[in-house]
Amino acid sequence: MADIAADGYVPERDESGALTTVDGTPLKISLRKSQRRAKRRAFYLVVPLLAFLFITFTIPIVGMIVRSVYNPEVANYLPETSAAIGDWDGEELPPEKVFAAMAADMEVGLENRTIGRAAGRINREIPGARSLVMGTARHVDEMQPPYREAFLEEDEDWSDLELWRLLKRETRLITPAYYLLALDFEYTPRGDIVERPEIYQVYRLLFIRTAWMSIVITGACLLLGYPVAHLLATLPLRTSNLLMILVLLPFWTSLLVRTSAWMVLLQQEGVVNDLLVWAGIINDNGRIRMIYNQLGTIIAMTHILLPFMILPLYSVMKTIPPSYMRAARSLGANQFTAFVKVYMPLTIPGLAAGVLLVFILAIGYYITPALVGGESGIFISNLIASNMQGTSAQLKLASALATILLVLVLFFYWLFNKLVGVDRLKFG
Amino acid sequence: MKRTLSLMAAVAIVPSMALAAEGDSLTIVSWGGAYTMSQEKAYHEPYSEKTGTQILREDKSANALAGIRSQVEAGNVTWDVVDMLQADAQRACDEGLIMEIPHDEWLAPGPDGAKPTEDFIDGTLGDCFIPQILYATMFAYNEEAFPDGGPKTVADVWDLEKFPGTRSLQKIPQKNLEWALIADGVPADEVYEVLATREGQDRAFAKLDEIKDNVIWWSEGAQPPQMLADQEAVIATAYNGRIFNAQVNEDQPFKIMWDHQMFEVDGWVVPVDQSEDDLKLIKDYLYFATDTQRLADQAKYIAYAPARKSSVPLVGKMEGTDIDMKPHMPTTPENFETAVQFDTSFWADYGDQLEERFNAWLAQ
Repeated sequence: MADIAADGYVPERDESGALTTVDGTPLKISLRKSQRRAKRRAFYLVVPLLAFLFITFTIPIVGMIVRSVYNPEVANYLPETSAAIGDWDGEELPPEKVFAAMAADMEVGLENRTIGRAAGRINREIPGARSLVMGTARHVDEMQPPYREAFLEEDEDWSDLELWRLLKRETRLITPAYYLLALDFEYTPRGDIVERPEIYQVYRLLFIRTAWMSIVITGACLLLGYPVAHLLATLPLRTSNLLMILVLLPFWTSLLVRTSAWMVLLQQEGVVNDLLVWAGIINDNGRIRMIYNQLGTIIAMTHILLPFMILPLYSVMKTIPPSYMRAARSLGANQFTAFVKVYMPLTIPGLAAGVLLVFILAIGYYITPALVGGESGIFISNLIASNMQGTSAQLKLASALATILLVLVLFFYWLFNKLVGVDRLKFG
Repeated sequence: MKRTLSLMAAVAIVPSMALAAEGDSLTIVSWGGAYTMSQEKAYHEPYSEKTGTQILREDKSANALAGIRSQVEAGNVTWDVVDMLQADAQRACDEGLIMEIPHDEWLAPGPDGAKPTEDFIDGTLGDCFIPQILYATMFAYNEEAFPDGGPKTVADVWDLEKFPGTRSLQKIPQKNLEWALIADGVPADEVYEVLATREGQDRAFAKLDEIKDNVIWWSEGAQPPQMLADQEAVIATAYNGRIFNAQVNEDQPFKIMWDHQMFEVDGWVVPVDQSEDDLKLIKDYLYFATDTQRLADQAKYIAYAPARKSSVPLVGKMEGTDIDMKPHMPTTPENFETAVQFDTSFWADYGDQLEERFNAWLAQ
């Protein structure tokens, strides 16, 4: 009779002896039902957030990934040609029906003003193809069959087999071409994959540079941030509050202001160089270039990302009782051993959180490298941006680069999870 | 659920409000700085005064093609009139992103009744393009940096010993590659022929390599005058109007080197997918803003040459001063002697490839 409460309450039971509610439903089911109701209510509360995330996060990312492989220009804007070229073997000039189909496509494309898009796509791989296509398209309404002869008469470049092979390759709606470009490979008209000529190679270099510079920046933040966080956590409240404000003030200052401040300080006619010249350490013609290069990016970004290292470290260090260190000392460890063996391991959740935060923020950074990086200090994000602007904007290449960057970040996250374990992180 | 519904209602209201506001205003995209100000004075202000239409300015022309492309692709065109280079306009036109313009139907005739297609300077009209001005890009320098006389030719710009100091060039391959070849001794009329070959491209990049370490790159037209003023650079490529503006309004000791100036045409385009009301407003604005007097008026505020023949005799003195504008025009004979016309069709064909190579060259 252990379940009889002190006030003499006797719980209801059904025939099998299981607990029930007053109306006779088994307690288990009733409980499950009420829990389900609570869960549903909770779900409704987060629906707006989920919808928001779906619209602003999931859809654009899926759109970006789709865009990076979707290749509709030739298939959609030269439909007849795409159909006719399918069974051409690629070894000699295509038959008349391909040329006739091209003529028909050009007439429609000229009318709808879509021919330029197809021409633009081909021109990316064969310079000069735009003029060839556009020039012929303008006269196509005066042409008489046989079109093959008419095309060749208009411009003998139509006999270029590479052009036709490229057209055939481009009829596929899905293409790996942009991912290959993003890794400095190219896709020949025949469909082979070869490395690009060295004069065009840039993206691999930039991915690698972005990764190692982010590692350097993270390391610098750790070296500078750890002692500061330790001081903040151990000093008396009055002093540490003041220090905390010194950490937070720049954190609250606009990113642009902080970056511009570094420009004022570091440029060749800037404050630091002026001081060095004034002190006689360098002469006026030997001013040091500290900005618009990698050094500038590293200095400015370390400064900007430092609070993201200090704050999680501080919040973890604050919870470590000072008595642990005293205990270690009284058990015979010297200050150094006690610090390394006792204190440091306890700070790892904050340290790991700081490292992860700073590294992932750094690897996708755009504005600071753009302003102070010059040419040698820019990141992959700057090249993504430059592929989205200007006359030769390549949105698809930009999408492919951005997708690779996303995968890279996920990879680092996975690696980090393996090494440290994300569930151990403490962000504050 | 109620909350979600009202949220959806709120979202639905926003676009309809935007539509209502667009009725009596025009969004005009241009280059910013002194150039936009000259348009403001010569076109926008008189037009607003006359019709009450509000002009919303956006300084996005540096990215006009990409901007129009993404607006058209997204089916949400918010720009009404866009100031664009002729080369970009040709491309946007081929891609069907901007409207074809029947010039004689849309635009004002010349004062003597000449049809617009005859009144605009030959070779400047495009299927989808209304020219406004001819402008030059050329080298300019700060006279203070060269007390014994500055560079006189493009080859001098490459002479780091005689004219030491940082150069500032625009961060695009266009024009820089042409000048590199000219500095390397290629005659101006063969530049594009040479640049179309792989050897010619190698030669141009090798020439740029010679000064690469002494170059800082600019991307906005307002930067080079600023860099020259701060002596962050001693020689810079710039748009002639910007340098004129700094010379006159800021009294800067700048000198333009007209040797092998490269001239281009700049003008208006209209993105596709405009509503009927908007289009009416746009046509009305363009009729007003591109007539003979308005184009001549613009030359009062900036040293770019009007694109209508009938405007040329009307170019006079700069507004509020007695500076005669004619010697500052790129088209004045002594400035025009070695001028090279920027070849938009060459760049339409080779731009993709050369821009890629240029970007890789910069980052290496």
